[in-house]
Formats: sequence, structure tokens, C-alpha cells
Amino acid sequence: MSTPDDKTKGVSADTGGEDAIASFKGVDEKEQGEGPGGFVILFFIIGFVASLIIGWVVFPKLLYSQKRQPVDFNHALHVETVDNGCESCHIFREDGSYAGVPKLAQCADCHQEVQGESPEEKIFVEEYVAKEKEVPWLVYSKQPDCVFFSHSVHVKLAGMDCVTCHGPIGESTSLKPYEENRLTGYSRDIWGKSMAGIKKNSWDRMKMDDCAECHEKETGRKSSVQTDKDACFVCHK
Amino acid sequence: MKIDRRCFLSLGIGGAAGLALSPIPWKLADDSAIWTQMWPWTPVPADGETTYVKSACTLCPGGCGISVRKVDNRAVKIEGMEGHPVNDGGICLLGLSGLQLLYGPTRVKTPLKRAGERGEGKWVKITWEEAISEVAKKLGDLRENGESSSVACISGTDKGSVPTLFKRFLSVYGSPNFMRMPSVLDSYELALSLSFGFAAQQGFDLEKADFILSFGSGIIEGWGSPVRMIRAKSSWRESGGKTVQVEPRLSNTAAKSDKWIPINPGTEYALALGLAGVIITKSLYRNDFVKGSTSGFDKFAGLVLSAYTPDAAEKITGIKKETIEALAVDFARAAKPVAICGRGQGRAQGSLGELMAVQALNALVGNINKEGGIFAFPNPGYMAWPDYIADDIAAEGIKKERADGAGSGNFGYAKNLTNRFAETVKSGKAAVNVLFVLESNPLYSLSDTNTVKEAFKKIPFIVSFSSFMDETAINSDLILPNHVYLERYEDVYVATGLSKPVVSLSKPVVSPQFNTKHAGDVVLLIAKEMGSPVADSFPWKSYSACLEEILGGKWDKLVREGFWTDGASSTPVFKTSSGKFEFAGGFIDLAALFAPVNAEGDPKAYPLLLIPYDSMRIASGYIGDPPFAVKTVEDTVLKGKDALVEVNPATARAGGFSEGSYAILKTPKGSAKVKVHLFDGIMPGLVAMPRGLGHTAYDNYLAGKGINVNELIGTVEDPASGLDAAWGIRANLIKA
Repeated sequence: MSTPDDKTKGVSADTGGEDAIASFKGVDEKEQGEGPGGFVILFFIIGFVASLIIGWVVFPKLLYSQKRQPVDFNHALHVETVDNGCESCHIFREDGSYAGVPKLAQCADCHQEVQGESPEEKIFVEEYVAKEKEVPWLVYSKQPDCVFFSHSVHVKLAGMDCVTCHGPIGESTSLKPYEENRLTGYSRDIWGKSMAGIKKNSWDRMKMDDCAECHEKETGRKSSVQTDKDACFVCHK
Repeated sequence: MKIDRRCFLSLGIGGAAGLALSPIPWKLADDSAIWTQMWPWTPVPADGETTYVKSACTLCPGGCGISVRKVDNRAVKIEGMEGHPVNDGGICLLGLSGLQLLYGPTRVKTPLKRAGERGEGKWVKITWEEAISEVAKKLGDLRENGESSSVACISGTDKGSVPTLFKRFLSVYGSPNFMRMPSVLDSYELALSLSFGFAAQQGFDLEKADFILSFGSGIIEGWGSPVRMIRAKSSWRESGGKTVQVEPRLSNTAAKSDKWIPINPGTEYALALGLAGVIITKSLYRNDFVKGSTSGFDKFAGLVLSAYTPDAAEKITGIKKETIEALAVDFARAAKPVAICGRGQGRAQGSLGELMAVQALNALVGNINKEGGIFAFPNPGYMAWPDYIADDIAAEGIKKERADGAGSGNFGYAKNLTNRFAETVKSGKAAVNVLFVLESNPLYSLSDTNTVKEAFKKIPFIVSFSSFMDETAINSDLILPNHVYLERYEDVYVATGLSKPVVSLSKPVVSPQFNTKHAGDVVLLIAKEMGSPVADSFPWKSYSACLEEILGGKWDKLVREGFWTDGASSTPVFKTSSGKFEFAGGFIDLAALFAPVNAEGDPKAYPLLLIPYDSMRIASGYIGDPPFAVKTVEDTVLKGKDALVEVNPATARAGGFSEGSYAILKTPKGSAKVKVHLFDGIMPGLVAMPRGLGHTAYDNYLAGKGINVNELIGTVEDPASGLDAAWGIRANLIKA
């Protein structure tokens, strides 16, 4: 009953089948012996490691620009000569508000003339005091504008120490470079030096969770139903 | 071994796995959140020390005390000064917006000299030395040629030391032509000099009054001192004081009054005389005061009883005689009734007859020089000026007739008739070679703008002292920009009807932002440059030294507290020849004094009447509306760039107009394309339009929006006084 066509088909199917099996076996053998399996793993590792290097080493360097402060200020030296610690220069105004970084006039009280031998002081006197130009200090601790923060409440009312948030900056003899986030414009100190967010000291990081953690601990308030923490509007007015 | 497609897939998967374990996604997500919530291009005001500077507002004649909040050297908010006798902590919309004038883009930043044609806007920057020597040379030449009286000055006010310095300069130089911008204060001053017998400003003890009859005065729309008046309005609600508003249109004041009486526009004088007639007929006047302290009562009574009977008054005013009779009784029976006038904010002078009629009502109820009544305060004497030395040229120049005709001929009593100035200059009756423009914008604010423009074309040298590129500054030859009020010292005398005289001190809140100079200093410098004899009468080193000297003992108090005030005098003082209040004010023919003022135009060609109105949201004086204020103007007043006019639905229907339809508003003075707004609160036959729009100068927030009503309205000279008696003009609305 079979037509020539059928025959041909049948034969070819048979032989074809064998060929296919043979060729499959062939491939299998090749892969076991000299296939690309090692490369697949190697490429995975290359991709994985490269990403990690980019993420942990290159990315931070790209994200943050390094800026030098206009004058390399020596905190330690100044703390030694004043009576009232940080508040000698970082004053609270008469109305209770916090003045932040001292204004030129405050510095000029003592530094009308060059007093010591420091080249930085010379720059300060010549470039700023003499020209009556405010120093464009870069503020490491500057929080985004949506955050309302009162130094008065934290320092005067709650009696917190400056070091708790700002670290032992009073002991430093020079100012570290200011690392500015190219996207947000804020300092790296807010996220923290550690990209992984590891925090050893209370001052290592100053993100919202860090504020919230302390608020929860110190005030005991959990007035926000959504977050089970202190209410949003305490800081976000 | 062969690298194929799967190797690269694997690389990608490895990369993705590594990426997930790196900080990139998490950190970027966090940073983008911060970035998007605080776009770096959104301006954030700099933090700094907060301080307050007490000063005074000069944006309108109200004279409020202000307290300006500063952060470091930047002024950030203007608030009302607590405890100030005018506004006690309150502030108006314009006052609040003052910072936009200080920091806004319309400031003139340096002295400018015209380079192209007038009004073309082409300027060259020049130094102050060049500018001052140019003015001094021009003035010197004119003086040598005996043309000193052809120098004129238009000022926003004549009170205070800076206008006085300009006036003093003109006197020493030899010109009588110091003029101030017209307002109802001119009429009040003229009426007071006739009925009280001395140069004075009218004071109203309105807070203590219990019945306020207002002849169209915008009590809560900027009449007098706006903040003080709004507070007075609130105080009447508590004290039970009644207000009756007589006005052709339901203004905000009318809406907030106890009673609104619509009246045919321009016939307020007839109502006042009609009321007086009823009060006299029913013997409701205060006999003791009228008999003891007034003169000319019989003559006055004779006129009103014959010509202004309730029936006659009804015919003229359109108010039912029963209403007139009832109002007269209510007014006369109140314990402390006061009648006030000056339409809207009092920007127009009005006829002398109208003012004398209203004043007669106050005299009939005897509430003059009494608590809750009206007072006449002598011209401010708080400044002690040393005498000036007038040489022959000056003495001769001062005697010449003023360019506006005030003080001579038919207008012997008038001090300022600036409303006539444009016409006399345009027609060539007065020759003006140099015009100083101080704190005013006559090319915009004077009625009949086209005539003013023509007149200005005839003046060869116009010097503007404006801080802003306003219409007059653009059309001047030289701009010597003044500091704005937040940058300068200046005494601010309040002449707008307070119950006692108040002087405040405007102080520099911030240092001058641009290369501007105090107009007071500029006058001193011009005098100095001109040398003796003019300079001899200006011995001061600077304006502030001058101010300190002339204020004497008051200077320290003004610097410390920001204001100085004098207790109101309660002794009745009349310095007329009779020693009494003059009903007739020396007029022999009372009927001429109380003559009707007809609107300009042919009633057949112009069947309707256009009346201007004032709004607290639109500044219509020297200061143009700042952006904050423009934003508050309702869609029914200004829609996009279109001006809307208020028309009664019946009138609109007769003309075939519906809400929002375009029309050409035509008057004898000009025409403009407007939109129709149907308003039940306006009497049929009227078209109402706000003052203060239609600027061509200033910034994009203001320029080109709406129509300047002054372009459509002319002046109507009051034959009795020379004042501009116009209250409106005949008009027609034609389908556009």
C-alpha cells in the first residue's frame, strides 16, 4: 500500500533519527570535554564581581564629588582657647534660635590680624576678613529643607551633647573633605561614610530612621499609627 | 572551548546579582526620593538671624506703621506694627506686598538719561554727578533768563520733609509751581479754609461715632487710612454704630453697611441739602451749636428750604422723599452722627459744593470739635524749618501766577489745582520748561490721559524721581531714582482723617539695593551744585542731617518708637472773620456754590454714564499693583487681559449684551474694548470700571491688563473752586 513517497519518508525518518541521536551524543561528549560550561560560570563570576566593585568602589566615587573647605579650620586648637566649649562660637542667639556656623564678624573679633603662623589663618584673614566676605563654609550636617530641626529644643531642653549627633569634631585638627552627593546636593555625612549603612557610633549617620530611633527611645512616643514611631509632623512641618 | 551567547547571558546574570548586592539600587532610590522632594532649582530662603525693623509704609497716604521681619540682611515679611495709632498691627494687601516693590524687576537701578525718542525706552546710564550737574545747569540757565517760574514740580503729597524740601527749593529758586496730585484732600482743605477759616486737614473721630452717613466713601475700600477704617467698621459692629452708604453701586462698603441707598451719580450734594432741609424743618438741629458757633445759617436755611425740599431732592437724587425724611431723622437723632464724603478712596476731588453740603450736615448736628465728631487740624507744625533767603529773582518768581491757576483769579482759596495743570500747559496758557515728578505718576493717574500726554509733550525737560519704571518715568528725559520706602529715612505725616495728628518715621529696613539716591539728598545736591544764592538756604550735609535738625526733640522718639502723636484738641476753634463756623464759606450766591455738576458729553450720543470705582485689591495711586495683589483681582473685574465693566442686567439687555460679551466703551474722551459683567448691584444706565488697571509700564504682571479709566474720563471744572468736580462721564456701549 505504500507509495514511493511513504517509503522515502520512512527510510529517511529512520536514518534521520539515528543521525540526530548520534549528533546529540556528539555534542554531549564535546561539552563534557571541551564545552563552554566553565566560561558560563567564569562570566557569571566576572559579572558579579565587576558589579560589586562598581557598586561598592566606583559608584561612591562617582556619586560624591570631593570638595575642600575654603579654609582648613582647626577645631582642636580653638576649643583649647575658649571657655564655653562649642557654644563659644556656635552660639544660640538671644531669641533662643541657633546661629549655626559662625559669621565672619564673630571670627574677626579675634582674627582682625593674622595671629599665628598657620597658612590657613593667613588665607582666612587676607581672603575673607580683609575683604569682608563671608566664608562659604560647607556644612556637613545640613539636612534637607523639608526637615524642621531645632537645636534649641535638643540642646537646651533635652540637654543633648553636641557629640551625640556631630561626633568628636571638636577634637579634629583639620577639616575633612566635603563629599557632596551629586544628585541631591547634600553631604555624604547624612547617609554616613559607610555605603552599607553600618553604624558604630550615634553620629555615624543622620537619616530619618536615626532621628526616629532616638525619638522613640527618648520620648517613648509612638503617635504615628502608620510607622509606629513618633509623629511625622514633629520634623516634617 | 568556545565563548557563546550563554556566556554573555551568564555575565549579565552575574552582573545583576552583583548589582543587587551593591548599594547602587538602594542608594539611588533613596537619593532620587530626596532629589524629587527637594528639586535643587526650587529656591530655598537662606537661614539666618531674625530681626524686626519698625518703619512706616508710604505706599498710600494711610501712613500705617510696619514691622519688617528680616533674616540676616534680607527683608522677608512686612507686618503691621503693634501699638501704632493708625493700624495697631493690621496691614493691607498692598502693604503686605511691598517686598515685591523692593526686590521686583521694575526698579530703576541707576540714573538714566533718555537716548531715543520720549517713551521709546532707550536709555543711557549716567553717573549721579553727571545727572545732578545737568539738572543744575538747566535750572541755572532758566533762572538767568528770568524764567525761573517755568519750573514746576508734581508731588504725590505736600506733607512731610521731602516734599517740603522740593517746595523750599522752588521758592528759593523762584517758582510758585509746587503741586500735589489731586484728591479729595484738596476739597477738604479748601472747605476747611472757608468754613473754619484756616489751613487745616480734617480729622474724624469715627471710632467713637455712632451713625456714619457716607456719601459714597469706600469705608472698607481704601478711604482715609484703609486699615484704620476697616477696623473702625468692625468696631461699629461691636459698639452698635450704624452705617448708611449712599452710592449708585453696591460696593463692598455698601454691602457691609446697615443700609444702602442707591443714588443718581453726582447728586450726593442734593441729598445732603435735602437732609439738611428736613433737619431744619423738623427743628432737629443742635440749636445751641448752630446759634452759638455758626454763621450764615439763615442764608443756608433759606436756600435749602426753598430749593431742596424733599420733593425737589427726590427729583434730583432719585431717592424717595420718605427715605430722605427717615434718613434725616435717624441722622439727627443719633448721639454722635458724622457725615463723610469723597467717593471710593477719595482719588477724585469732587465739587466744593458737595463738600460744603456734607460739612453743613455735620454742623447742623453740632458734632464739630467733639468726641465722635470732626476736627480741623492745623497744617503740621512738627517740623521746625529755618527761614530761607529769597533773592530778587526768587521773590519775583514766587509772585507769578501758578501754572495750575491756584491761589489767583477765581481760585484764590485753592492751594493745589493740579487737575488744571495739564489743560493750561496743553493750551499754552502756562509755559513749563522743567517738570520734576516726585513720588507720583501723573501720566497715568491724572484724568484725561491724552491731554496730560499732550501737555507733557510741550514740556522740554522732565525729570522723574521715581523708583520704578512707571508711565511718567518712561516718558521723562532724566530719571533720578529714589530709594524705595524700605531703603530710606522719611517722616510720614498722616493727613487722611485720623482723630489726632500722627507722624511716623520710615526707616531704612535694608541698605539700598541699587545705585539709587534719596530724593531729599538729590535736591540738596542740586542746590549745592547751583551755588549761591540758592545753595545758601540748604546748609545741610545730607537729607538725614536735615531731617534730624528739623524734627528737633521728636527725632529720638521717632527713631525709638517709630511714631509721634499729639492729643486731639477739643476746644472749638474757628478763625473765620465771624469767629464761627461758616455755612456759606463767604459765598454770596449759595446757589452757585451748590450748582449741579453735569457729566461731560451729549446724552443723545452717550446715553449711559461711566463711573470709576476703587478696590482694595487694585492700587491706583503712584504705586502700581504688585504681583501678589494682581493675583487677587476677581475674574469679574479682570479676566486675562480683558477689563470687565459692571452693567445692570436691564441695561445690558437693552443694548443686547450678555455676560462676558465684548463691547466698545465709548466716551467723549476715548474708547476701549471691554467685556460686560452683569451686576444687579449697579443702577440701570450706569457702567462701572475700576481704577488702577490698564498700565502700560511696570512688569508683565501688571502691564497691558485691563483699561486705565483715566483715559476715558475728563475733568469738569467746578466754577466755584476750580476743583475737578467730575464724578463720571457720559458713555455708550457699542457691540464689538
